[in-house]
Order: sequence, then C-alpha cells, then structure tokens
Amino acid sequence: MAQRLVDLLKNQFALAVLETYAQHGDETVVLDPGSWHEVCRFLRDAPPAQMNMLTDLTAVDYPERDPRFEVVAHLYSLQHGHRLRLKTRVGDRTGEDVRVDSISDLWGSANWMERECYDMFGIQFVGHPDLRRILMYPEFVGHPLRKDYPAERIQPLVPYREGINNEKLPPFTAFEGMPFGRQTHQQSGPLGSESDPELFPEALDASQGRNPEA
Amino acid sequence: METQDLDLERSELELDAEPMFINVGPAHPAMHGTVRCQMELSGEVIERVDVQVGYLHRGFEKMCERGTWSQVYPYVDRCNYVSPMLNNVGFSLACEKMLGIEVTPRCAYYRIALGELARMSDHLTCDGAMAMELGAFTPFLWMIKGREMIWDIMEEETGARLTHSFGRVGGMASPPTDGFKETARTAVAEILAIVEESERLLFGNRIFLDRLQGIGKISAEDAISLGWTGPCLRASGVPYDVRKAHPYGRYDEFDFDVPVGSEGDCLDRFVVRIEEIKQSARIIEQALKKLPSSGPINVDDPRVVLPPKEQVYNTIEGTIRHFKVIMEGLKIPAGEVYSYTEGGNGELGFYLVSDGSGTPYRVRIRPPCFLVTSGLERVITGAMVSDVVPCFGSLNMIGGECDR
Repeated sequence: MAQRLVDLLKNQFALAVLETYAQHGDETVVLDPGSWHEVCRFLRDAPPAQMNMLTDLTAVDYPERDPRFEVVAHLYSLQHGHRLRLKTRVGDRTGEDVRVDSISDLWGSANWMERECYDMFGIQFVGHPDLRRILMYPEFVGHPLRKDYPAERIQPLVPYREGINNEKLPPFTAFEGMPFGRQTHQQSGPLGSESDPELFPEALDASQGRNPEA
Repeated sequence: METQDLDLERSELELDAEPMFINVGPAHPAMHGTVRCQMELSGEVIERVDVQVGYLHRGFEKMCERGTWSQVYPYVDRCNYVSPMLNNVGFSLACEKMLGIEVTPRCAYYRIALGELARMSDHLTCDGAMAMELGAFTPFLWMIKGREMIWDIMEEETGARLTHSFGRVGGMASPPTDGFKETARTAVAEILAIVEESERLLFGNRIFLDRLQGIGKISAEDAISLGWTGPCLRASGVPYDVRKAHPYGRYDEFDFDVPVGSEGDCLDRFVVRIEEIKQSARIIEQALKKLPSSGPINVDDPRVVLPPKEQVYNTIEGTIRHFKVIMEGLKIPAGEVYSYTEGGNGELGFYLVSDGSGTPYRVRIRPPCFLVTSGLERVITGAMVSDVVPCFGSLNMIGGECDR
C-alpha cells in the first residue's frame, strides 16, 4: 500500500527523494531539506496520498554524522489507512543554526510538535508562527535531548522575573487581580516598575485617567 | 454598613472597556492537570488564549536513553497514570515488533483483558472528574468507586495499584492469578451498574446537559488536522480506532463497536467515553473466555526473557543468562520502528531507534494528550470563561503524558 506512495514520490520528486527503505513494515522516504514543505504539501493534497493526519513529528540527534539531525515525521491517511515516515537530515556538527521549513501551515498538529522539537533539539522551523519553548522555561540553557547535553547538568538559577520582557509571563499590569472600583492601591504611590512609562504605558494612562488630582 | 464605592464617581464604577487578562492554572481546582491558560477576556468571552504546558516535564525521553530497554517500563507507567497498563502493553508491542517476536496466546489475551480494564479506569476517571467539576459530586464518587475496584484487581495481579511496571518484552511479569477471571467478571458487572446509575443521574439533569451541549464544538476536519485521536476524535464523528483500523495484539478476533459522536461537543466526548466503557466490558468478557488457564505467559526466547528463578539459583547457565539480560540489557537489533496502539486518550505511538546495544538510542513517546491539549486553544477561543472547565475536562489532559 505505502509502497505505491513511495513509487509515486520517486516519480514526482526524483531529485528530492534521497533514499527510500522499509523496515518492520514502515516505509521510509528520506527527503532533501529544501523540498520538505513541497513534498509534505503534495502528500497532504494529492488524491492517491491524502495524508490528512500528521501523527508524529520529532527529531533524532546523531552527533557523529553530518548532517547531524534527522527530522522524522509520521503521516497517516484516514481515507486510505496508509502510513508513511518522512525524514530529512539537517544541521552540521556544531549543531548551530539548524534550519528546516515549518509545516505548521499544512497540519495544525505540527504547531506544538515543532515547538517541542525546537525546545528539545534546537531545530529552527522557518515559517513557524510562534516558535518558543513549550516544555522548558524560557531561561533554560541548551536543548536537553541533544546527545551532547549531559543528563546531570544543573541549570543556572533563574533570577526573579521582573518587567514584561518575558514571553511566558502574561502581559499583566499592576491592576491585575484588583477588585473593580477599589483603586486604593494607586494612591499608595508607584508600585515597583509600574512607574516606568516604557514598560507600562497603559498603567500610566490608567492612573492619570482615574486620579485626576494626582 | 457603608461601602467604599459610595464616595467614588459613577463613571469610575464602570467596567473597563479594555480587555481583561485572566490566568487559570497551572494549579487550579478546576484544572485536573498542570496546564496554564492565559486568557484575554472581553466581558465574559474569551478573545485570545495561550495554553501553556510543560509544568510536569520530567525528562523521560532523556532518561530512557540512559538505562536498558526494560528500564523504560517505569517511565511509560508514569506517563499516563490513569491507565498505565495500556502504556506498558504499547511499549512491549513496540519492542516486540523490532525483535520480531509474537507473544503466546495466554499473554495476548491477558494483555487485552488488563488493558481494557485500564481503559475503563481511564474513562471512569475522566468522566467522573468532569462531572465533579461541573458540580455533580455523586457520580464522581460512584465512578471512583468503580475505578477502585479495577485498581484492586490490578493490585492483586501486579502488586501495585497505580504504577505497575508489569509489562515485559516477550510477555508479562507474571501469569494471571487463579481468581483473576472471577474477580474481573464481578468487578465489570458492578462497574456497568455504576455507569448506568450515573447515566440516569446525569442525563436527566438539565444543568449538566446545558453546560455540555453545543459547548466546545470542533469539526472533524479541524480535529484531524490537529492530530486528535481517540475518544475526542471519535466524538467529532470520525470512526478511527487503532484497535479496529490496524488491529494489534489479537484485537481482530474480538467483536466490539466503535462509538462515534456527531456534534464534536463536550457532551459527545462525555458520551463516547461512557459508551467505550461498555464496549471495553464486552471485550473483557470475550478475552476472559478466550484466556487459557494454563500455558506459558512468556515467549521461549532466551535473548529477552529471564530464566525461571530455580535455574538462576541452581545452575551456572541460568545465573549467567539472568546476569546478561539484567546487566547488559536485552539487545534489540539496530533499526527503528513506529508502533502505535490505542491508549486511553488515542493513538499512543512509540518511535524507537536502536543502535543494537542494550540501551535505547531514542525513545519518542507520541502522546495523544499533547496534541489534544494543543487543540484546547481552538476549542475555547470565543467561548465563555465558564466553558473552559467542561472543555478542558472533556479533553482528558493527563499531565504526565502531555509533558513527559
């Protein structure tokens, strides 16, 4: 079943398909990273493929190889019931600036899985709408599932988070959580960094609007 | 008593037209997992929401790369802590697929019976907790009573109530106990009675139905695109069940139906789980009938299976074999596999990469919850704040599996 798909891909994208093999009944196609998005779109839309579900997307780190990372996607078609494993190999041995096209515009499930892949392996998905860490916190140093990340490594302590320059903190102001109609806290003077007009422009406006005598 | 508001101008009492930010979780009584929803509200309507996970990340995939293949079992146990047996079975099947082993019939039926019991406990927990969060405490207590019966069976069979670590590559840790069939039959009958009683209590309750009907709708296309599987996808009307679509183990010999919803709202997800409990009961009944009362539980393969204890203690060959399997770990031939089973929440996949040594090179657990939770944003955007609770409850996010 999936063999037919592999032949189709070989015919359609002769240059993009680098290698194909099957193991334990899983058909695998290794793609050129440049045509990653194009082939994925074809597999999603072409009538003989109709892979409408991206079941899994992850990566494997092979530090001694060049290219170092394998991005692995598992596709499934609910109509035809066939599966296909797609792979592409990216990155050099330094592991810096690893890039591959994002497929989050094709399948909604790619959004979080690419974020996880970025978090764990440091692979940049070009075109992802919101590429930030998902399982780790923003101050985390390194990418834990890389083979050169020691499992015993102790992370630096995160300093107390101040201001709103933090992507995982909500854009709160000092007014958050105050009951409506009780603005007594404003009269007790500026609170922390609230007085900084660059960080809290809305705080400044609000305090001016609500306390005309101040 | 004089209120403070009286000395304020009337205009000051009016609510801000600015959007209001509200933060639910990561620790919130209505969030039975550690997830955080940052919401931007306009009045009571959710305009934007950012769902943040990762508060329960314990680095399982990294830890799996440090031990032997058998030492992965405790980690998969702790992934989905309401149906750990299904994870055990899923991982065993993935390893066996790489080794090319087929387990004995006794083991296969035993796995199915235990796995379906675990699925019942998963759905009982989810539906019970969902009802409790909406204020119906009695069904929660009843359903947890039912789960307790399952856990008693699990304790009898495996020695542990929650984290069994009972699966083994090529078999199970021990054969079924003598009284297994009887206790399982009794418990399943009692659970079915509990479920029917809860149904009567809930489905005649106007408040309960009003809070679920038409809330948190998602279309089949959206659910497929988001990678949803399991009860949440079936509630949207897609009859995809791994047990039916790609039978593994010996599920092809069983007669059961796949309950499907039509609307894809919270009520459908609730009802699909209730119906799946009944289907699981059917499967368990058939599995108990087929389960042979004697015969080997483990395959006869010295590469992966530990020798019997009499041999280990009394013969040098047995001792060496035991030592090698424990210390070096069982060797899985180099290669990779993607094996998928129907977990409590959907397709539980294991993408395993082996380099031929006794240690896994990469264990990727494809958690169904992770993708279902990623759809929470789409489900609750545009809904009211009070709808977050039934929506989140019906998705059955399991923190351990989502964050690993």
